Amino acid sequence: MELSDSVVQHLREVVDLPDLSGTRYVLEEEIGRGGLGVVYAARDTQLDRRVALKAMDAAWAGEARLIARLEHPGIVPVYETGSLPDGRVFYTMKLVAGLRADHYAAGNPPLGERLRVVQRAGEALAYAHSCGVLHRDLKPQNVMVGRFGEVYVMDWGVEGVAGTPAFRAPETTLDERSDVYALGALIRFLLPGNAPPALAAIAAKAMSENPRERYDGVAAVLHEIERFQDGLAVEAYEESPWQRVRRFAKRNEVLLWLLAAYAGVKFLLYFLRRS
Amino acid sequence: MNKIVVGLIFGAALGALDGATAWFTPAVRTMMTSIMVGSTFKGMLVGLLSGWFARKVDSTQWGIVVGSVLGLGFAYAVAAMPSENGQHYYLEIMLPGFVVGAIIGFLTQKMGTPAPVKRSS
Repeated sequence: MELSDSVVQHLREVVDLPDLSGTRYVLEEEIGRGGLGVVYAARDTQLDRRVALKAMDAAWAGEARLIARLEHPGIVPVYETGSLPDGRVFYTMKLVAGLRADHYAAGNPPLGERLRVVQRAGEALAYAHSCGVLHRDLKPQNVMVGRFGEVYVMDWGVEGVAGTPAFRAPETTLDERSDVYALGALIRFLLPGNAPPALAAIAAKAMSENPRERYDGVAAVLHEIERFQDGLAVEAYEESPWQRVRRFAKRNEVLLWLLAAYAGVKFLLYFLRRS
Repeated sequence: MNKIVVGLIFGAALGALDGATAWFTPAVRTMMTSIMVGSTFKGMLVGLLSGWFARKVDSTQWGIVVGSVLGLGFAYAVAAMPSENGQHYYLEIMLPGFVVGAIIGFLTQKMGTPAPVKRSS
């Protein structure tokens, strides 16, 4: 019996689908595909809610245990792990309704919102580092921005993950500074074309080829971004005197206007008296 | 430093500076000491009340509004008192007093530590 091309294609697709018989989950649709596995939307029939289900090779089973150790608002919580009849493993986690950071950035959000995404992602990363966990593959595709502004860092890498070239630090032995590099690449990716040079300098310092020239840790990057947002000088960027004056004037705009109003009033009274 | 202390310090400093500008009005140069003392005291009162307001309300706009109204009010009280030569200097006192009040109101909002949050038991 000969099978048509469309039937063969269909069979190929179906054979990849995880067999969830014997679990509490019903498969709905594929929602993403990464280096380690495929993520599906599924329905939890016991709790009657939608979840994200990631099916992957048993060799990567450590990923679920790794993420389950991390409890942070910026890290998607793992609900359950299990094995599939074909030998693969799966884990379920919260299904985040929102956009990947690359799609989010394509919507041209304001600079403040972009920086908020970086900060939330950075906080999750800093927390993971404090637990001794590296991400190893931070990139816009692994950052989700929820419908209500919540930010989640996904796809935590396990030992042996290669990373994504544009976001991967050049060194072969990865450590916290390798994630700092990836965070710098994320900042650079999320910055609009007309971004202030101080922010571009923060990204560039975080992405230094030499790990020792990068920031000490994620917290130091976030601290620099906060300083930028507060109108303060950042370590990564050498300002000209004129830029310093402009930054000071912008930071103290209201006070300078009030002082100018006082000087104006005094001059007005002086000339009224003379006339 | 709490906001009331910030208000008192900036109120005194700005009040004294504002009073010192009376030196540019030759007719009142003989009364410089009393003008400076009065202006400093007025600034401290505006600072005290603006600082108290800033502990209650965290809003730069409202801080400026309240500071300027207080500045205007106290400046009116001072201007209503006739000077030694019997003249009133409403415009000369009230207009700068209004702006100085706004500056004090702004500074009390921006500087100093806010009041600690009260915990209900």
